[in-house]
Amino acid sequence: MSMINYASREINCKIVYYGPGLGGKTTNLEHIYGKVAPDSRGKLISLATETERTLFFDFLPVDLGTIRGFKTRFHLYTVPGQVYYNASRKLILKGVDGVVFVGDSQVERMEANQESMQNLYDNMAEYGYDLTKIPFVVQYNKRDLPNAAPLPDLQAALNPGWEVMDAARQRSMPNPYQQGENLVEQLPTGEWVERAPYFEGVAISGDGVFDTLRAVSKLVLKTLA
Amino acid sequence: MAVSASSWSFTEDDFAAISRSLERFLADSNARCALIVDRAGQLVATVGEQPRFDAVAFATLTAADFSANDQLARLIGETEFRSLVHRGEQESIFLADIGRRVILVVLFDTRTTEGMVRLKAKWIIDDLERTFAALFERGHSARAETKGILAGAEDEIDRLFQ
Ligand SMILES: Nc1nc2c(ncn2[C@@H]2O[C@H](COP(=O)(O)OP(=O)(O)O)[C@@H](O)[C@H]2O)c(=O)[nH]1
Repeated sequence: MSMINYASREINCKIVYYGPGLGGKTTNLEHIYGKVAPDSRGKLISLATETERTLFFDFLPVDLGTIRGFKTRFHLYTVPGQVYYNASRKLILKGVDGVVFVGDSQVERMEANQESMQNLYDNMAEYGYDLTKIPFVVQYNKRDLPNAAPLPDLQAALNPGWEVMDAARQRSMPNPYQQGENLVEQLPTGEWVERAPYFEGVAISGDGVFDTLRAVSKLVLKTLA
Repeated sequence: MAVSASSWSFTEDDFAAISRSLERFLADSNARCALIVDRAGQLVATVGEQPRFDAVAFATLTAADFSANDQLARLIGETEFRSLVHRGEQESIFLADIGRRVILVVLFDTRTTEGMVRLKAKWIIDDLERTFAALFERGHSARAETKGILAGAEDEIDRLFQ
């Protein structure tokens, strides 16, 4: 739930990084923390277990610039990936404005990715939020690993698209991030589908991290425009 | 199904009104500082002594703390805990739910007591509940106003992310 604070001239938005455990969510935040100027970000807060696995959440506030005299402040959260932490995962989604799904490209993690995606849909639905209608971006991380699945396989499994029912939206919309692809398109079956924007990532070296953050933040701000 | 959690706005007039009540409450209770945090963890306002710690991080942890306690309440068959207290040797924190929309956080030290803070908090909680109910009501009826703030700013948004 974005908050526009006229008293402090800030627009506050909440973005949640979701995905299977060990997929690279915390690494995304660490990279952002390391790259953003210290006066544009707060502390990186981590509620982790002794073994450094995220227990409740990681949190990083960043300012991404000023629009119309308002500071755009994004609160980035990660959720714990392990299946048994669902209660805390659900809490973190409260009031979310945009979601990044960090998938693990490794073939062996395909099932874990799919479970986590399903869990995201379910938890959002419990709050009455519709994932197909809010800013949502997918990052396929760990592209550097030799056992990374091919992109088309990942897209088919995790971002197959949802049906576009609204006749007014049934026209091709080019994907601004991937040349020659569409975000909204008609399938050979005649059905119109929309997919979430996606990015390839190597979070340990920072590849794709800011592309992902920028895309989701922009979508969030555009919901206010 | 709701599209998303939507947005709400907090104006300078809201801030002035809330500050006035909170300042009176701080004077009455001898507490040091009061913060308003929304349920998503965003810091809305700070009144009284400016905290010397990272208030943004504090706000986030407060909301998480409150949400976790909500769930604990449910597990034991209560609908909610209306307020929570964390007692320290010098510094303590009192947290109270305001109409399930925001959280009032009061920081106090040995200049006052928990009982005094609780007692004086009664009216301020009622007062804030009325204020925030009206404020969120306005958000629903006049969503256009909130939206308007970035209306036509698409190009500016694009430039910000170039
Ligand atoms: N090879 C490779 N390892 C990564 C990448 N991103 C993260 N990791 C590693 O994967 C492990 C889990 O990352 P983490 O960010 O803690 O995952 P989280 O559970 O989703 O927060 C860590 O050891 C990271 O160093 C990547 O792009 N490539």
